[in-house]
Amino acid sequence: MCLGVPGLVVSVEGNVATVDFWGVRKNVLLDVVDAPVAPGDYVLNHVGFAIRRIPAEEARLTLELYEQILRESPDDLMAQDVRGEVSASAGPR
Amino acid sequence: MSASADQSARLRFRDPEQARRLALALARTVDEALAETGRERLAVMHVCGSHEQAISKFGLRSLVPEALDVIMGPGCPVCVTDTPEIDEAVALADHGITVATYGDMYRVRGSGRSLADAHADGAPVEVVYSVSQAVELARATEGDVVFFACGFETTAVTTAAALLAGVPANFSVLSAHKYVLPAMEVVAQLPDSRIAAFLAAGHAATITGSGIFEPFAERYGIPVVVAGFEPLDVLAALVKAVEAIRDRDARVFNLYPRCVTREGNRPAQERLWAVFECEAGGWRGIADVPAGNIRLREAWRAHDARHRFAALRPGTAAAVEADACICGTIMIGRANPVDCALFKTGCTPQDPVGACMVSTEGTCRIWYEYGGLPVLTNSR
Repeated sequence: MCLGVPGLVVSVEGNVATVDFWGVRKNVLLDVVDAPVAPGDYVLNHVGFAIRRIPAEEARLTLELYEQILRESPDDLMAQDVRGEVSASAGPR
Repeated sequence: MSASADQSARLRFRDPEQARRLALALARTVDEALAETGRERLAVMHVCGSHEQAISKFGLRSLVPEALDVIMGPGCPVCVTDTPEIDEAVALADHGITVATYGDMYRVRGSGRSLADAHADGAPVEVVYSVSQAVELARATEGDVVFFACGFETTAVTTAAALLAGVPANFSVLSAHKYVLPAMEVVAQLPDSRIAAFLAAGHAATITGSGIFEPFAERYGIPVVVAGFEPLDVLAALVKAVEAIRDRDARVFNLYPRCVTREGNRPAQERLWAVFECEAGGWRGIADVPAGNIRLREAWRAHDARHRFAALRPGTAAAVEADACICGTIMIGRANPVDCALFKTGCTPQDPVGACMVSTEGTCRIWYEYGGLPVLTNSR
């Protein structure tokens, strides 16, 4: 539960962003993000909330690591935690 | 070759050359720090399950000099949730109140049963991935829904944000949120503590900022290095930590500036402390931690399950642990999972005894999966 997973913002409506995680689109809440978020930005996400807008380079490094883990050891603990974060979508309010 | 060395062989470092350079720098710096401080061994503690996953999965301890112990401290929020807190949640579910919680917490036993046990006995328990899903559950039903909230400050921020955004009257929170900094103080204050530096968890620091560790570093003379989660991030942070030990430079170093600033995420902090405050409380297997528990402020009593269902609160059963379980000793860094008589035999992920074997962030669960100590032994 220390984990944050980066995702690409596809669209924003009010305080809800649609975020792409490896092709899976989820709603993420923007209530606590530190900076304005627009389509094309990357955000770090934790249990259904964006907690920080992050540089694309940081997102790339982390996504590469998680991609490798999801691909090569899909059942291990890190992969489980990453999938848990991706499942943590928030319904629009 | 051990299981975890196999794992690391299968996994690539993003930049193997940089990993090699960092390992060489670490070896050199450890030698210098030993000479400079006159110590025989050095110990660096991290406080994050995700750090331990990266360290164990990528076999980083095989790149660390024998004289450096890299130890996981109280970095698993589910593991440190005290048995009476779990008993409270189980009692609510037993009374027919829907309890929603994160998957890791579902399977951890209190003094008797877990929420999973209560669920098997017919109690209404739901596993959710976010507080928002628990709020949706409350919106979809007439009955009471209690969100049994666990996690460090990063997760507590999201619970606070959900409450501030507005929740239905039948929604309340049973907070087991924990604040990690006071637990670092407990470890630092232990008599004959051998922890010479801490690694702080990058994502928690994303919220709190690296600045909150400055008074800690100064008071205890212990450097703190904020670290990311990429294996190379962790190695680089270890090099910095040992350099700081060598130089007796007890400051805070932010090695994760891509995500962490000194001030942190101010809007998130404002929401966190608008809803919650810190109070003293028990951490499972460790101690009473001053200001270690994150609890709802009085103004939120209407949505505080402890207030709302006070009559259903179980008696103050003392924290109970299986006799042979040493989770608490492991979480303060005084033992490794392999030192536990139950590890892998009497205690497995399928049939866990201690909380550290349940959560994906628990030291025992991570070592069970990846091996933990690939080549070296850092037993004390």
